[in-house]
Amino acid sequence: MKKPIILKLAGLTKRFGTVLAADAIDLTLYKGEVLALLGENGAGKTTLMNMLFGQYTPDSGHVEVCVNGAMQRLPAGQPQAAIDAGIGMVHQHFTLAENLTALDNIVLGSEPLFSFRRHLQKARRKIEPLMQGAGLIAPLNERVGTLSVGERQRVEILKALYRDARVLVLDEPTAVLTPQEADSLFASLRHMVDRGLSVIFISHKLHEVLAFSDRIAVLRHGRKVGEMQTADADRGKIAALMVGEEISPPPREHVTPGNQVFSLHNVTVRRDSTRDSLNDVSLCLRAGEIVGIAGVSGNGQSALAQVISGLTQPDSGSLAVAGQPLHRPTPKTMIKSHVGRIPEDRHHDGIISAMTVAENLIIERLDDDLVQHRGFLRHAAIDANAERLCRAYDVRGPGIHARAGLLSGGNIQKLILARVLEQHPQVILANQPTRGLDFGAAGEVGQRLLEARKRGAGVILISEDLDEILTLSDRIMVMHDGQLTETTSRDRAAIGLLMTGHGHSQTHDPAPETTPGVQI
Amino acid sequence: MMEFLDIFLNESFWAASLRIATPLIFGVMGALVCERAGVLNLGIEGIFVVGAMTGWMAVWMGAPLWGGVAAAALSGAFFGLLHAILTVPLGLSQHVSGLGITLLATSAASFVYRTALPRVDSPPRIIPFKPLDIPVLSDIPFFGPVLFQQTALTWLALLVVAVVWWVMARTPLGVALKAVGDNPDAVAAQGLSVYRLRIGAVVAGSALMALGGAFLTMSAFDAFFFGMVNGRGWICIALVIFASWQPGKALLGALLFGMFDALQVRLQTQAGAIVPSQIFLMAPYVLSILALVFVARRADYPRALLKPWFKGQR
Repeated sequence: MKKPIILKLAGLTKRFGTVLAADAIDLTLYKGEVLALLGENGAGKTTLMNMLFGQYTPDSGHVEVCVNGAMQRLPAGQPQAAIDAGIGMVHQHFTLAENLTALDNIVLGSEPLFSFRRHLQKARRKIEPLMQGAGLIAPLNERVGTLSVGERQRVEILKALYRDARVLVLDEPTAVLTPQEADSLFASLRHMVDRGLSVIFISHKLHEVLAFSDRIAVLRHGRKVGEMQTADADRGKIAALMVGEEISPPPREHVTPGNQVFSLHNVTVRRDSTRDSLNDVSLCLRAGEIVGIAGVSGNGQSALAQVISGLTQPDSGSLAVAGQPLHRPTPKTMIKSHVGRIPEDRHHDGIISAMTVAENLIIERLDDDLVQHRGFLRHAAIDANAERLCRAYDVRGPGIHARAGLLSGGNIQKLILARVLEQHPQVILANQPTRGLDFGAAGEVGQRLLEARKRGAGVILISEDLDEILTLSDRIMVMHDGQLTETTSRDRAAIGLLMTGHGHSQTHDPAPETTPGVQI
Repeated sequence: MMEFLDIFLNESFWAASLRIATPLIFGVMGALVCERAGVLNLGIEGIFVVGAMTGWMAVWMGAPLWGGVAAAALSGAFFGLLHAILTVPLGLSQHVSGLGITLLATSAASFVYRTALPRVDSPPRIIPFKPLDIPVLSDIPFFGPVLFQQTALTWLALLVVAVVWWVMARTPLGVALKAVGDNPDAVAAQGLSVYRLRIGAVVAGSALMALGGAFLTMSAFDAFFFGMVNGRGWICIALVIFASWQPGKALLGALLFGMFDALQVRLQTQAGAIVPSQIFLMAPYVLSILALVFVARRADYPRALLKPWFKGQR
């Protein structure tokens, strides 16, 4: 059975500065199918869809839509034309005005601006059947600012349906949803697809793509590198297409642990929220080992990281670096004690985005003689340092004098790694070091941590990614409700049970099966 | 104490409050329209001056009074357009551009005044708007003198409040303006033009600001003096925050300020012997600062205020 073509992208190309974000991409969408667009961060998925929707003007190529059985070319760079042609887009970052009601947001732009009054009852009569039909229930009269993330997404989809969308583009729709919300979203979408809606669905989560799509197109570095029926697809093949090569786990050499380099003894931090509290936590870290701390985020990992960084003083208990107890540690004393920190929120806490790459690389050592001489910055030395580190750690971007905020997430992380590791810290705190990074960058981060371990540093690795913990750690501890429990088990199910607060619950969600070595 | 109460019972106090509030009502509505769309217009002080100068000079050169009002609105729209071009498509700092507009507009008014009237000591006078004195209604005790003996421009100001309220609350345009001040991406994604909405709002808002200036020379006084605007524009910027960007509250804020000012004049005459007059001159400003301290903490800022938006960038 051959379905009719509803949408065709022909040779779409877009260049941002020197970066080729989309390179002559062809794509065809058939009526009533779900096409998944897979790719790593920066592969060009969102750029492509923004061209389709007219928010970016392509450098070359065009979009054709089937209108009444004939293919018509869309004028470039006009969202209104895309909307009129029946294309609806649900952006990853919602495009909703929070000071308006859900209803106002849905109707916005669909009525003539200069009319004396509004016809909200008519709009409501059209929206209500749409909500019932698709199971997309949202409170229409509430201000969007008060809605939950799931509700906002439903409003976004209703916005498109209200404009009679025949093609719905969803950009990473599950990134912000709980698993339950994601399931109900997929159920609704499936329902609408059965009634003739066509969906383009952007994701980098393999399991949901395999579960929900009919066909898969894979993008890498702005090019389409593969296209297949979902039925014929297998995990390993797609993952390899996305990355461009088979990813093998970083080699782990045997290192005999040395002396104790860092320890916490019965540390307690009392705060209002669990997220910021610690309950009688003890931890001992030796040279040349990686201690992985697993757990669902919000169980005290932030508090632990803050204590180790010197940002929070424990209410009771003590900490020691290289056997020396520290009294009322501050971030500065922790840096002086050779504790290197890779913060959780790299954009916010890791760099000063308005300052240059070179400046960010010296920000933790401003009184170093390399950096200043009698209170004056040594620019030549600072630049030389930046050039060297950017090369050694492969930090790519517009140059060492560009604002650090312009770098991609992966390159920001490499910059932070360069700054931290260059000081040869004895203790490294890596808090969610690969969150949001693509395979390549994540692999590199793991590699660097293993190198530091080999050199004799102790690493505390806090991560939500169980695969990462299992691949990198020598010892594993699990954080739950402000408490830290060591486990000798390498079994996912056993660790998962500890993550839910062992004994409280007998059921748990095992992490999805993955191809060994590929973290998805 | 009785004398103090008498002030409030006297209808001339309330009439004066409304009169003093009129230019502020225009200005605060203008600022509200601009800021609702996400653009702070600190050109307001200069636009007041230009509006005052243009309206008065147009009438002095022979235009009818309403012709002067139209000329003032156009002059405000012109400087508004300049501010809009600098801040909306070009995305320059709204603070810097706005202060620049104030300096430019004030100097331009001065330049035109001195070019047109090179050697005069006191500016020529025009015949300003007269109180409307509507038969029957003006004779109602209390309400008659307070409401129905105001000039046409005061009525226009109240009409502007009603229109702004209606547009913001009841029309598709108002919804789009509020949306563009909260999340321009939402507006762009629905196929509307962010630039057109914002430029339109700044131009219209600036025209309203200029009417506030025109009231000074064409209704409150009968000639143009330098320094006559005297910070009224800045007061409007504060009043919009006080009003949390709601037209009804903005009217209330302007009236409150008018009351403080009218009260200040009367207290000066009654208690001037005991308390230095400067204290009373300060009173409206001190009171508005206090009002802001208590109200503005809860203010519901348009989220995209001051943030430039560029097509094709996220």
